[in-house]
Order: sequence, then structure tokens, then C-alpha cells
Amino acid sequence: MANHPADRRYTKDHEWARREGDLVRVGITSFAVEQLGDVTLVDLPSKGTKVKAGGHFGDIESVKAVSELFAPASGEVVEVNATLEKNPELVNESPYDKGFMIVLKLESSAELDKLFDAAAYAAFLGSLEH
Amino acid sequence: MTDALRRTPLYERHCALGARMVPFAGWEMPVQYKGVTQEHAAVRTAVGLFDVSHMGELYFEGPGAAACLDSLVTNDIAKLAPGRAVYTVCCNERGTILDDLIVYRLSETRFLVVCNASNRDKMQAHFASQVRGRCTFTDRSDETALLALQGPKAASVVRELGGDPVLTSLTRMGVAQTTLAGISLIAARTGYTGEDGYEVFCALSDAGTLWDRLLEAGKKHSIEPIGLGARDTLRLESRLSLYGHEIDETTNPLEAGLGWVVKLDKGDFLGRAALLAAKAQPATRKLVGFEMVGRGIARQGYPIVDGIDGKGAPVGVVTSGSPGLHIGKNIGLGYVPPKLSALGTSIGIEIRGKVIEARVCATPFYKRST
Repeated sequence: MANHPADRRYTKDHEWARREGDLVRVGITSFAVEQLGDVTLVDLPSKGTKVKAGGHFGDIESVKAVSELFAPASGEVVEVNATLEKNPELVNESPYDKGFMIVLKLESSAELDKLFDAAAYAAFLGSLEH
Repeated sequence: MTDALRRTPLYERHCALGARMVPFAGWEMPVQYKGVTQEHAAVRTAVGLFDVSHMGELYFEGPGAAACLDSLVTNDIAKLAPGRAVYTVCCNERGTILDDLIVYRLSETRFLVVCNASNRDKMQAHFASQVRGRCTFTDRSDETALLALQGPKAASVVRELGGDPVLTSLTRMGVAQTTLAGISLIAARTGYTGEDGYEVFCALSDAGTLWDRLLEAGKKHSIEPIGLGARDTLRLESRLSLYGHEIDETTNPLEAGLGWVVKLDKGDFLGRAALLAAKAQPATRKLVGFEMVGRGIARQGYPIVDGIDGKGAPVGVVTSGSPGLHIGKNIGLGYVPPKLSALGTSIGIEIRGKVIEARVCATPFYKRST
């Protein structure tokens, strides 16, 4: 199983969330990317959209399937990765960096603390294999 | 549940090649190896190897085999010369489609019929109950492996293996009993990708060797193993129907754009009366190809609406959709009322509550140049 960066938190829906001051950067994990296959379209909210923790904030499509994106924390969308519109393959190539989805202005950091850390996420993935 | 899934003789090879295995029609099959995009490109520009051993192989044999098949399928089997194959559908008495098939005439009195894996049990039971006259029906699916070698370099790979002249001289839709890599097999110049290529039927025990030899001989032509994911995007780009999508027991071949395989004047066959009646009526819907104009990918089951202002009522449904990976547009097939079927007509595809514009376009979306 691939290494998951230790500088962020993970959801059971395979999103990651990296704290950057009072902001949080959001993307999907390498596991999610492997499951999806070649990403062909990412449908993201516009700036200013308010999202709720666990709420649907967008969709990601591979050649064969559509998956929903869920927010790891509540907040307001302050940045959208616009390059994904032209280059959705960045999600495959760089899920933890250039292939991020959005940046949220956090309502509260408490929600993030409830999510998996990298080790717990790896253990969670291990439990999925059986 | 998963232990009930069947495996082809190549299962271990797929796993060793890093395939993602998924359940499909009761089988555990490779959906992709390196990725659908790369595999799709390999078949369009070089050559790909598919394990499609899950398909059904049904035999009609005897002096009455041609007549028997002619009573059961829509295309003209009597006219099919030995050594040739034809695409057809098999309808029920309502004129709707039980399955689509390739019928290979191996000799005057011997036919191989290939059916979809998802319909194998149904077709086995149907044919077994319908077989008449001096004809025996045998389901040999469980003793037959099927590999497909597809792409512009397919013929080069076969020559690489010192292909039997019978094999190398096969023309499109030709079939012969022959040998390849020392293995006795049935080879046909058929496929489901829109490319040149072969489909090769062999004994289960020979499948591993044949797979290995083809991959080895194909190396210098950049061969790739291809999963079901790319098989689907390839067939869609070439506008080949997929059972359970464009066609099923609620669709007749005329509305599905398959009128060319329905030979109403060949004599009686199952479903003919219903198809004659359907032909006498104005069509209520028509299968069309479309390309997305707005940003979005149509998927099976998405509503097609009249107009793109978001006020139009649902008038049809998407049967298949995906990125057209070679042509670089998002494409789809779907049923629309005849008034919306003209080329260039703007239609709306409802994608997660939003209406996105698409345009009815000519098909196949992709046609090979030679």
C-alpha cells in the first residue's frame, strides 16, 4: 500500500485534508485514485460555496464511473483547482499535491481532529481488503 | 458471493500483470491493467490482447443446422458461405432482442455461435428448447477459451508467430480451423473494437500458452493486455451495441439501428411477424449517437431532454456514454423520439440535475482509416 503523507488527515471516503493555518486543502487519496482509474472530469463548486463536513461538494469522473466528493470539514470554498478542468489527469499523477480539489476556510478545526491520521487511514485501508 | 465467480484459464496471468479484477456476468475478469486510456490507445495505434473467455460458444451441427439457425436469428444464415461470419440478433416472438450474436459458419453443416456471457444461460436454454430438425445443439463454453488480438498491428503479430497461411489470408469476417504457435484453434478475423484483428477460440488447456506466445510476439509491436474497461470505450467509439445498454428484451433491432441484420424476406423466423408489424408503424424512438457540447460525460440511464434551457421534458434516455478516448470528445448513444434524431439536433443530457447540451452526430464516432 502506498504511503500516505503524515501532514494531513483522512476520511473514510478517501479524501485528504491538510491544515494550512485557518485554511484546509482538500483532495482525494492515492487509494481513491487507484480505484477510480483514469480521471477524465472533475466537477467542483465555485468559490464562495459553503460546504458542510461530510456533505457532497463535487463529483469526480473516471472513464468508467462517477464518484461523489465529500467535504472533510465545514467551511467556505476559497480556492478551486482550476487546472483540473483542462488537466484532470493531474489527479492521477499527483493526488497529494497538484491534483488537489479545493481549499476551504475552516469553521472549526475540531472536525479535522476527528478524522484518521495517516497511520489510522492505512489501517482502515487494510481492514477494507478483507 | 465472490467464491461463486468463475475464472478463465488466464486468471493467474491477469493478476501477475497487475490487472484489477472485477465481477462481470458471473466471472472474475480484468477491467484494466495499466489504465483504460493507455489500453484504448494501444488498440487504436498498435495492438492489444483481450481475454474474453467468458463469452459463450454454442454449436449448431448437422445437415439441418443452417435451416434451424435461420428460424432463430434475424440475419440470413443460408446465404452465409462456409468460412464466413455474420453479426445478427436473436429475437423473441415479440420481436425484441434476446441477444446479439456472431454466427461463424465453420463448414456446410457446422456453426459456431458466440453469445454474451451475461446471456449465456438464457441463450443455452432458449436454443436447447428451440432446436429443430436434423441439427444438434451443444454449449461448449466451458471447454473453450477466447482471445481477441485487436489493432492495426494484429496481423503483424500473427505473422511474427509464423501464422499458418490459412490464418494470415483470412479476410474481414473470415473464419477457419487452423493452427497458431503450434496450437490447434479456430481463428476469425472479427472483433469488437472497430480495428482489424482476430478472435481465436482454443481449448482451455492451450489458452495460457497462446496468451504468452501472443504477448511475446507482440512485444516489438508494443502489445498491451486490454481489460473490459477499454473494451467498452473501444466498442462505443465504433458504435457497436452492448447488450444491456443499447439492446435488451425491451428494444427491437429496427429502433436500435440494427435493421441491416434483419432479413424479413428470408423466410419465417422467431419474431418476424412482430418485426413486420413494427416496421409498418411509425417508429416511436430511435437510437442516436451524440457528442457533448457542454462540459460533462453522459452515462447510462441519464435522461435526455428536449432542448437545453432546462425546461424541456425528458424524452429519451442515454444507453452508453464515456469519453471518446481516441477522438477526444465525450460521446454517447441514446434513444430519442424520431423528431430529435436528425444529425446536428441539439439535445439536453440531464447530468446530476443539470441539463448539459449535446448534439446528435454521425456514427461511428471513430472509423479506422484503412
